[in-house]
Amino acid sequence: MKLLDISNLSVKFSGKRTVHAINNVSLSMEQGETLALLGESGSGKSVTLKALLGLLPPKRTQIDGQVHVNGTDVLGLKGKALQKYRGGEVSMVFQEPALALDPVYTVGHQIAESVMRHKGIDKANAMATALDMLDRVRIPSANRRLHNYPHELSGGMRQRVMIALALACKPKLLLADEPTTALDATVQIQILLLLRELQKEFGMGVIFVTHDIGVAVEISERVAVMYAGQIAEEGTTREIIRDPRHPYTQGLLAANLHDVARGARLNAIPGAPPALESKPDSCAFAPRCPVAMPECRAALPPVFEPGPRRRVACLRANEPIAAE
Amino acid sequence: MLSYLIRRLILVLPVAFGVSVICFLLVQIAPGDPLTAIMPVDATADEQAAMRAAYGLDKPLPVQYAIWIGNLVQGDMGKSIATGRPVAAEVFGAVKNSLLLAVSAAVIAFPIGIFLGFLAGYFQGTWIDRAVTAVSIMGVSVPNYWLGIVLVIIFSVNLGWLPSMGAGPGGSSAWEWDWLHMRHLVLPAVTLAVVPIGIVSRTVRALAGDILTQDFVQALYAKGMSRVDVLRHVARNAAATALSVMGLQLGYLLGGSILIETVFNWPGSGFLLSNAIFQRDLPLLQGTILVLALFFVAMNLIVDVAQAAIDPRIQRT
Repeated sequence: MKLLDISNLSVKFSGKRTVHAINNVSLSMEQGETLALLGESGSGKSVTLKALLGLLPPKRTQIDGQVHVNGTDVLGLKGKALQKYRGGEVSMVFQEPALALDPVYTVGHQIAESVMRHKGIDKANAMATALDMLDRVRIPSANRRLHNYPHELSGGMRQRVMIALALACKPKLLLADEPTTALDATVQIQILLLLRELQKEFGMGVIFVTHDIGVAVEISERVAVMYAGQIAEEGTTREIIRDPRHPYTQGLLAANLHDVARGARLNAIPGAPPALESKPDSCAFAPRCPVAMPECRAALPPVFEPGPRRRVACLRANEPIAAE
Repeated sequence: MLSYLIRRLILVLPVAFGVSVICFLLVQIAPGDPLTAIMPVDATADEQAAMRAAYGLDKPLPVQYAIWIGNLVQGDMGKSIATGRPVAAEVFGAVKNSLLLAVSAAVIAFPIGIFLGFLAGYFQGTWIDRAVTAVSIMGVSVPNYWLGIVLVIIFSVNLGWLPSMGAGPGGSSAWEWDWLHMRHLVLPAVTLAVVPIGIVSRTVRALAGDILTQDFVQALYAKGMSRVDVLRHVARNAAATALSVMGLQLGYLLGGSILIETVFNWPGSGFLLSNAIFQRDLPLLQGTILVLALFFVAMNLIVDVAQAAIDPRIQRT
């Protein structure tokens, strides 16, 4: 059974301003796979994760399409079943651990609380599980840290606690929403390595949301590039790095800091992402695309599948090497 | 925690000293001579001087203060000029009655305020929120002495359900926990509760609304917590601040009920205070203000300590 199967997911926010945050996204993952969702701010990465956990505000959100995790219809979950699913089947590591932990409870309590809810065990046993989890995320003197409050820990330590919390109930799928963005560079690498080890240890699937290609390469087997609430390109990490077919992916790869001479201009993609007030009816990237053709502005680009589980949503994807 | 408590207790001493100095001086600044209130109009200058000396009012202010404070620490607050009775007995009898009224009002106001505030905060922006906001703004804005009179007209005069004044049979010092006495408490306590209901519900609404938008609330839902669990977390986060507001409100209820006690002829400290002012009864005035002010200081101390116990972010060492 597939771990994750998203088909034609669309999310529209209404309110003061209408935003078509996600437009016909289809995505699937096998058990134990690590997928990086890559894209710039506002491309719909975080919204995808929140939709997966049913965390979008129901009143202002219209969700269409299907989401199945291990065969469970996620969008249809309600009440107790939804609570059981959240944190049990799928759990999430947030971007800013300082804000995602409750400041007035000890970290041990916050982990134990989740364990008690999902495993139905008493507080003492849940605290023992929490201690074990703190050990597993390599927090030194875990016994003491268990009774610390979040503000008494460093940023890296807090993110380790967040990971321990997310993994405490052995989820099948871990959603990591830019978990290293708020951390120092050295701590970032430690957290990435930790996540990679834990992923192997627990054998779970991981969706890793990031805007940093370097991070995506480090952690993931597969990459899906998102733009304007759509998947622009998907493939193995190797394919995406070696043979990017979508001009947007090429632009992202070109816009890194390696091999740039001091004083030279960085290779940024010109323009800004669209506001998505209406659903895109042509290629959303065309206004910023260096190789756009008139046809690109006329209709949505077809999806080419150059290989198994490899796809590119671009008219020019079949050209041998697209111009840069 | 213990060292925090001790340090906080030591800090109370200078505050209490300042309070006593201000109490003493404020009363000296107030216009009017206490002697004119009790001396016959045709008293000679000699008689006035003798009376002045008898009350120690002829000595310089620092000496008067030293004598006053010296007696105070021995539990002697002097004698009332108007009645000749010891101030301590008068003040504590009245403060007891005021405390009874204030605590009753708080018992009514705080649960209602907290409940309404949570309701409005949770349903922020909906008609529930607007209804609660309207109620609480009305509670804060309506002059409560006027409300007291209106309630008396409705429930005492027209319906005849509840008494309009006093603290029950036996006067000010014969309180019993039976309906015969407690029915006297209902109208003043309800009247007094209206303002803190408004203030507490506004505070809790703002706190709950703010906390609910924080990331950790979403993180709680993400780990499978129910609404009730989340509300428990929100309550714990709001507790420290809400508690400090409620502590101060209790202080205001005790000291600020002069108008209500006057409207309902409640034999409390506010009632005593207004009598003492009109009679220029300096020892009584000083004693009452001092006890009320020290109560405020004590309330602050309790709130600070409770806050530190609840919220780990407040420095305890």
